[in-house]
Amino acid sequence: MTLFIEQSLNGLQFGLLLFLLAAGLTLVFGIMDLVNLAHGSLYMLGAYFAATFAIWTGSFVLAAVMSLFATLLVGMLVEVIAMRRLYGRDHLDHVLATFGLILFFDESVRLIWGPEGMSLPLPSWLNRSVEILPGVQYSAYRLAIIVVTLSVAVSLYLLVMRTRIGMLIRAGASNREMVGALGVNIKLLYTLVFGLGAALAGLAGLMQAPILTVQIGMGENILILAFVITVIGGIGSIRGALVGALFVGFIDTMGRAFFPDLLRMVLSPTAASTAAPALSSMLIYLLMAIVLIAKPEGLFSTSQR
Amino acid sequence: MRKALFAAGAVLLLAAGPSLAQQKTIKIGFVSTFSGPTAVIGNDMRNSFELALDHLGRKMGGLPVEVIYEDDAQKPEVGKQKTDKLIESDKVDFISGYIWSNVLLASLKPIVDSKTFLIIANAGPSQIAGELCSPTVFSTSWNNDQTPQAMGTYMNQKGVKSVFLIGPNYAAGKDMLAGVASTFKGKVVGQELTTWPSQLDFSAELSKARAAKPDAIFVFYPGAAGVQFLTQYAQAGLKGTIPLYTAFTIDELSLPRQKELALGVPGAQQWVNDLPNEANKKFVADYMKKHPGMRPSFYGAQSYDAAMLIASAVAATKGDLSNKAAVTAALKKADFKSVRGDFKFGNNHVPIQAFYLQDVVKDAQGEFVLKTVATIVKDSQDIHHQKCPMK
Repeated sequence: MTLFIEQSLNGLQFGLLLFLLAAGLTLVFGIMDLVNLAHGSLYMLGAYFAATFAIWTGSFVLAAVMSLFATLLVGMLVEVIAMRRLYGRDHLDHVLATFGLILFFDESVRLIWGPEGMSLPLPSWLNRSVEILPGVQYSAYRLAIIVVTLSVAVSLYLLVMRTRIGMLIRAGASNREMVGALGVNIKLLYTLVFGLGAALAGLAGLMQAPILTVQIGMGENILILAFVITVIGGIGSIRGALVGALFVGFIDTMGRAFFPDLLRMVLSPTAASTAAPALSSMLIYLLMAIVLIAKPEGLFSTSQR
Repeated sequence: MRKALFAAGAVLLLAAGPSLAQQKTIKIGFVSTFSGPTAVIGNDMRNSFELALDHLGRKMGGLPVEVIYEDDAQKPEVGKQKTDKLIESDKVDFISGYIWSNVLLASLKPIVDSKTFLIIANAGPSQIAGELCSPTVFSTSWNNDQTPQAMGTYMNQKGVKSVFLIGPNYAAGKDMLAGVASTFKGKVVGQELTTWPSQLDFSAELSKARAAKPDAIFVFYPGAAGVQFLTQYAQAGLKGTIPLYTAFTIDELSLPRQKELALGVPGAQQWVNDLPNEANKKFVADYMKKHPGMRPSFYGAQSYDAAMLIASAVAATKGDLSNKAAVTAALKKADFKSVRGDFKFGNNHVPIQAFYLQDVVKDAQGEFVLKTVATIVKDSQDIHHQKCPMK
């Protein structure tokens, strides 16, 4: 039972972290109709910024806040310099251009920070485990991630559902041309949304940094999962991103945790432990395939095209 | 005009012809990882291989040496492609390197079929020590099982009664976990293999290890994954409750990022930077002089030995590499000063060698360094050598 609680928390933490990435991706995709492969690079930049600022300031929290603003700024710059030229073009052009951006960011990071990667050490009050229930130990830092991402999710919900900007974002996701025709400064809105997406990706990156360490190309693996979530949740839907991310997080963690034991009942132990990691990493894509068959638009699709 | 050009070309060719034939070069291909997160390992291997060539005066048996480095990007299919290129278009005499067992296994067939001499500088898949052994294949590292076997023996000495094993799901990971289990006398209460190399979050596995309540956890995570594992092990609050035993997880390349997380975590290794033999002192001192701020790792030490082994065989055969049997015989003697101290080859061309217990300490300058604590086993030979038909 304690194992199950621990694994559920692991799943929740991973899911919420994926949500941060997927939320930005789905906003940009839904509102600007832009496929942004370089979203993972912003995630990487968040981690590198945080590691650097932590060395300068010596404070983890301060570094995290500074890194958040830095990625916001980089995101807005990227939008103004590069993305603006891509709107209204074919998706293939987006893929090509943003793939180029990935190479650009990876190489820039290699030039600035070197190829060996960095680490972001945690302050001692986070680098330990806490007893959340009698007999259940859990990593304090992962707990902190859950708290932070949950509050971000709530504020994002309030921002999108309760504010004027949010209303424009939602309107943009369902009908971009009409929003522009009504005299809204769509250029500024796009820059803001892209910056917001970048900051969310940066937040995910900087929070993963103490767990996974900081490396070139760290965003590429996780970006695939973020795209899967976008597809499952429906393009442009924040709620869809949240539900999809939680699904993926739980399935991934539970698959890794319990699937090998299930498999051991039917297969020999060696065959089971070899096949289980491969099969459990397939589960997510299986879910995506099922969703695509049942609801090709995703679970919570916003746009009616 | 045209005729004149032809004539000039012909004269040039004639002039160049004889000197080309006299100036034979020893061509060596070196396949390792030079891009991506594990490029630090490949760089260390290249630095050490180059250092060995410096020490040899960049000549082997009086002949100049040309080394072609190829990047396998840690992918078996890329490694195979680069290996094919080295054999077919570069026509190398020797091929060396290979960090990853799965890359090596994918690349092995073209090397063996072409009878190119292979000096493996790291990877040690059990198959090559056993049924896939070949007269032209040698290793200056180990078989995958040997190091974790030494660790299993050490855990017995420490009175560990139960252990939980965690490692990556590829050829070497499976060999490593099987290796510990073969010498460890207590109970293996659980075993987890993780998707390699993409999975870097070990939360589910660490939770399971905690729930199994073992006396100890054994892990094998080479390269940057070792940093991530130690970080998450500490964050999960396991440091101080369930002791960790490792193989190939803490080395000079990962230690600068693991720092105090690695303090007091034991590992087994056939080479440690402070081994007191002359060859090793020269290797470590010159490496640190040539590359300020860097320390050589066991990957580098094995690559240095690989270059020295090749040089010993080229010198013994006076540069005549056409007689394959003679080269095999010369290589088999291992007639050079290894930085790990003396060793000899088994029938399968895998070293029979000592394994040491290494620990992480802070040196006088406050830097984290690896240090030899004890010799765990002497003359360790892998368990697969009976399966190799060579005598």
